[in-house]
Amino acid sequence: MAIKLPIYMDNHATTPVDPRVVEAMMPYFHEKFGNAASRNHSFGWAAEEAVENARAQIARLINATPKEIIFTSGATESNNLAIKGAAEMYREKGNHIITQVIEHKAVLDTCKRLEKYGYEVTYLPVGKDGRIDLDDLQRAITPKTILISIMYANNEIGVIQPIQEIGKIAKEKGILFHTDGVQALGKISVDVQRDNIDMISLTAHKLYGPKGVGALYVRRRNPRVQLSAQIDGGGHERGMRSGTLNVPGIVGFGKAAEICQNEMAEESVRLRGMRDRLKDSLFAKLDEVYINGSMTHRLPHNINISFAFVEGESLLMGINDVAVSSGSACTSATLEPSYVLKALGVGEDLAHTSIRFGLGRFNTQEEVDYVANRVIEVVQRLRELSPLYEMAKEGIDLSKMNWKASAEH
Amino acid sequence: MAYSDKVVDHYEHPRNVGTLPKDDPNVGTGLVGAPECGDVMRLQMKINPETQIIEEAKFKTFGCGSAIASSSLATEWVKGKTVEEAMAISNTDIVRELSLPPVKIHCSVLAEDAIKAAIEDWKSKKAVEKTAASASVGD
Repeated sequence: MAIKLPIYMDNHATTPVDPRVVEAMMPYFHEKFGNAASRNHSFGWAAEEAVENARAQIARLINATPKEIIFTSGATESNNLAIKGAAEMYREKGNHIITQVIEHKAVLDTCKRLEKYGYEVTYLPVGKDGRIDLDDLQRAITPKTILISIMYANNEIGVIQPIQEIGKIAKEKGILFHTDGVQALGKISVDVQRDNIDMISLTAHKLYGPKGVGALYVRRRNPRVQLSAQIDGGGHERGMRSGTLNVPGIVGFGKAAEICQNEMAEESVRLRGMRDRLKDSLFAKLDEVYINGSMTHRLPHNINISFAFVEGESLLMGINDVAVSSGSACTSATLEPSYVLKALGVGEDLAHTSIRFGLGRFNTQEEVDYVANRVIEVVQRLRELSPLYEMAKEGIDLSKMNWKASAEH
Repeated sequence: MAYSDKVVDHYEHPRNVGTLPKDDPNVGTGLVGAPECGDVMRLQMKINPETQIIEEAKFKTFGCGSAIASSSLATEWVKGKTVEEAMAISNTDIVRELSLPPVKIHCSVLAEDAIKAAIEDWKSKKAVEKTAASASVGD
């Protein structure tokens, strides 16, 4: 079979919508277009029914009850609602929040804003494997701690945090536990009961659903979590999130969740197999390549590799028929290399050479082989061009060089 | 990010990639940038001490496509020029030729730095030679 180019292997950024999801959504644009909040005609009832069905599909995927699912515009909003909403609601109880350094910006920047409002935030460090230390967490807890927010799995390195253990600690101490579950949902088992999760942020577009729709699970029993709404209006979604529901999007989210529920076990094995094949091919042909983060506690479809002495953007330029992303500064708006890799203790020199591969439902083994070969070819070519590779081969210790960086840096 | 055709051309067909013997008294080596900053350029020139003409130029670069293109272009430009002419090459010339966007201007700055560093290195070698020569005469 001929390979169709370009190949998409950046499924942590977003995923294509599954055709079955598109099909499920279609009637809700023109035919069943009603407002789910319209209580007195059949258009509204049809929309409401569809929303409730989706709520149940999503709830099932995380072992929650439908009423605990609050629809939002996406996980950024869910993270904002969970953290700001809890901080405001439980202000009397305390003002301390615990999170960690490799969270998504939607969590980090939300916490930073709360700091301006007088909250105290502890940012736990991570080890070389990308995971927090549970002892650090225990030590960080104070009588003022009201919320722990630790992501389920990281978007750059795919590393899975010790969620069950964190949930257990939070429960014992009577502290709310929120997790950003965006990368984990539909990829690995997420169970709010088993994991003692009080709130989890979810989004549709990372699991083959549409963009612009997300959810926040908010526990209703043991304990009943209350949140201060961050958007005021018609009092939709149990008063936690006003705004007319995005019915087609929600239907798509529900369908996407249902597909994941049915296919996740098989799909994760397939993706893991392809991911390992990609990794093994690269490691067989290239020296001086390094995996960033734990290989044991990792999403099955993620691999993040530093190709020493080859700058990430130039590598991306060489494999321009493959869509992946890099932790290099040159590919970001900030001109700073990945803060995630930095937090792992990956040197900035290696952070500049990192590539994230995110496999997905629609990737094939042929594509994996093609990508592996392209990467090998381009890395070898760019190393021929790299003064650093030449110096390293001559046995020069690059870390001991006195580099004359230009004033720009 | 879209690259200009010229950047792509230099990236795909870099000119004058390679290494000159750095201990050769007529070879100047400029190594600029830092791995932590994501770009390191090494520019080398072989300069005729009689005519001051740059007879050969080679580069190797660790960096983005624009950094590779800037240094590749620099080797093309310095070849055949006198030391004085090469010193007059400015980063803005490189920016213009490669149509570099503002975020990539530092690549051109680095290329200019590399040219100057290579020439400085050659000059300092010459100065040492001279001192050595005059010292030996003094004996």
